[in-house]
Amino acid sequence: MARVVVDVMPKPEILDPQGQAVANALPRLGFDGITSVRQGKHFELEVADDVDDATLAKIAETFLANPVIEDWVVRRVEA
Amino acid sequence: MRVGVITFPGTLDDVDAERAVRYAGGEAVKLWHADHDLKDVDAVIVPGGFSYGDYLRCGAIARFAPVMQEVVDAAKKGMPVLGICNGFQILCEAHLLPGALIRNHKLHFVCRDQWLKVENNATAWTTRYDQGAEILVPLKSGEGGYQADQSTLDELEGEGRVVFRYVGENPNGSRNNIAGITSANGRVVGLMPHPEHAIDALTGPTDDGLGMFLSLVDSVVKA
Repeated sequence: MARVVVDVMPKPEILDPQGQAVANALPRLGFDGITSVRQGKHFELEVADDVDDATLAKIAETFLANPVIEDWVVRRVEA
Repeated sequence: MRVGVITFPGTLDDVDAERAVRYAGGEAVKLWHADHDLKDVDAVIVPGGFSYGDYLRCGAIARFAPVMQEVVDAAKKGMPVLGICNGFQILCEAHLLPGALIRNHKLHFVCRDQWLKVENNATAWTTRYDQGAEILVPLKSGEGGYQADQSTLDELEGEGRVVFRYVGENPNGSRNNIAGITSANGRVVGLMPHPEHAIDALTGPTDDGLGMFLSLVDSVVKA
């Protein structure tokens, strides 16, 4: 078994109202100096050894992310 | 004429969509998400709600439902398909329509009666309207902001494929005030507002939405 991480982020040109709301809250909470926040999704998959990179990419591109509005990155990490 | 209305787990507006079909003189046929069967219908409505709880992204899981595979195949052969609200999101996820819907720009769920301008009265679902007509129908959604890259927007605008546009203040941050769009062949239409809730002044703000269902019945009768 291997652990695979998929990070999904809104594309830079796509409005991210949730990230903006977090960014706007920070100064109110007394945290200064944060100029921008983007909010995305982080998936951790436990994957059998025979699942290849092409399959993982297909999972990310067709299901975990919507490539119209989101970028994605797949990483294998030490479990 | 038989009009299929899909029910997913979490669908809310299938009953109103079926009622709208009957008001327009059609026969409403219930379609179930898990069936590979369109029951010989002439058109399909993908109604609003929260399909499969809308986990991951709105419409992302519903897109892979067995019945949606059939809808995609039928739409590619020219069957009229209407996606309302969550149905619009599902049609975008299924790549029957371009673009995507994201969280409203002010983060609030918007629930109000909304004026729309009819920008294209040549689709299978809009021939009963005058070009440029303004209609009042309910809008109720938290993720109704229409997004697409600039080249897609230019293509939609250039080909007249924006079907409905919000009138007045933009309620959700949709690019170009887009409320609804159509496929290149004018058979598939998706919109965030709810025409099926505005078919009788007794139960809705107006009966302005009924024209979409009457248009469909007209189009199939002519064909």
